[in-house]
Amino acid sequence: MICLLLFLEFAKVGLFCVGGGYASMPLIQASVVESYHWISLSEFVDIFTISQMTPGPIGINAATFAGMKIAGIPGAVSATLGFATPSFIICILVARLYFKYGDIGVIRGILNGLRPAVIALICAAGMSFITLALWNEETLPEHPADFDPIGVLMLLATLIAVRCKAGVIKVLAGAGAGGLLLGLLRTQF
Amino acid sequence: MNQPPCKKAADTPHFYWTLFKSTFLISAFTVGGGFVIIPLLRAKYVDEYGWIDDKETLNLVSIAQSMPGIVAVNASIILGYRMAGIRGSLTALSATILPPLITLSAIACFYDAFAHNEYVRYALKGMQCGATALIINVAIDLLKKQCKKKLILPILIILGTFIANLFFDVNIMLLVVIDGIIGLLLMREAKYN
Repeated sequence: MICLLLFLEFAKVGLFCVGGGYASMPLIQASVVESYHWISLSEFVDIFTISQMTPGPIGINAATFAGMKIAGIPGAVSATLGFATPSFIICILVARLYFKYGDIGVIRGILNGLRPAVIALICAAGMSFITLALWNEETLPEHPADFDPIGVLMLLATLIAVRCKAGVIKVLAGAGAGGLLLGLLRTQF
Repeated sequence: MNQPPCKKAADTPHFYWTLFKSTFLISAFTVGGGFVIIPLLRAKYVDEYGWIDDKETLNLVSIAQSMPGIVAVNASIILGYRMAGIRGSLTALSATILPPLITLSAIACFYDAFAHNEYVRYALKGMQCGATALIINVAIDLLKKQCKKKLILPILIILGTFIANLFFDVNIMLLVVIDGIIGLLLMREAKYN
């Protein structure tokens, strides 16, 4: 049953995510973290991190990882197939229309409305990532002054690196090394 | 352009195996998602094998980018379909999703074994900050690009959707549907493209 649910949930994500990998993250988060509590926000951010460093489209990576964590290999297969099914049906239909009629104007309007929506949702996902990085909490904290100094330091450092156009792998490897170093220092003193 | 999927590519010997193998290898070793994978697929299908012509590939990829789902997956579905119908499409699709399915299943096993280790947690904490920086960076770039266009309606959609989702917990899929309808009704002019 859990596999069927995974298939349906990820089919919903696949149906509603327009605009590439980053656009799928807020939808997956809303489903597996917020609605069903299958995985924690912290695990979700780890999935996102790992997906950035491994080959393959980030959406499929996240679906596989989440499915695997929730229900093992059958879960991973169900989630991934669920993700790809709406794409398959819609792409084939639209490709047929395109081969028959050429450019399809109606779809363009819908997409023009969705593009800003995707930006907003990525910003909203960014807010929850920031909350986790700075306070180790899933929602905005009750005591904002109790932030994690390591989180503040690492977020500032990586943000500067990213804005200076450092590569993804370098940033994440550096961030991992920095986190390990600062974590060890904290336990020493 | 106005023709059904051509059967020419599919007639080459070992077509499905070659299609599966080349797509599988590209998917297995390309870090960085759709916008990196698509040029590689194009190089294989167009330049190396000559299964499909360049201009048509570009048109099909732009459709793939605007359909729901993952760009790389959509591109393989549509290009596969163009080259050899439903069978070609299923071949390219399975070759695209199998490698990440295998890799990530293996990584997920390791993750469960290592994630509770103290040192791994420290490193992951640092990497979470790195991932947060990456997503902030993407958000800043997208916002800057949108603001440069100086159009009111998209900015209103961004603000409305952001506030509704973050502060009022409105369901994301509902928001996507509403924004799609707004686009359909009000944003069909070329300036919004």
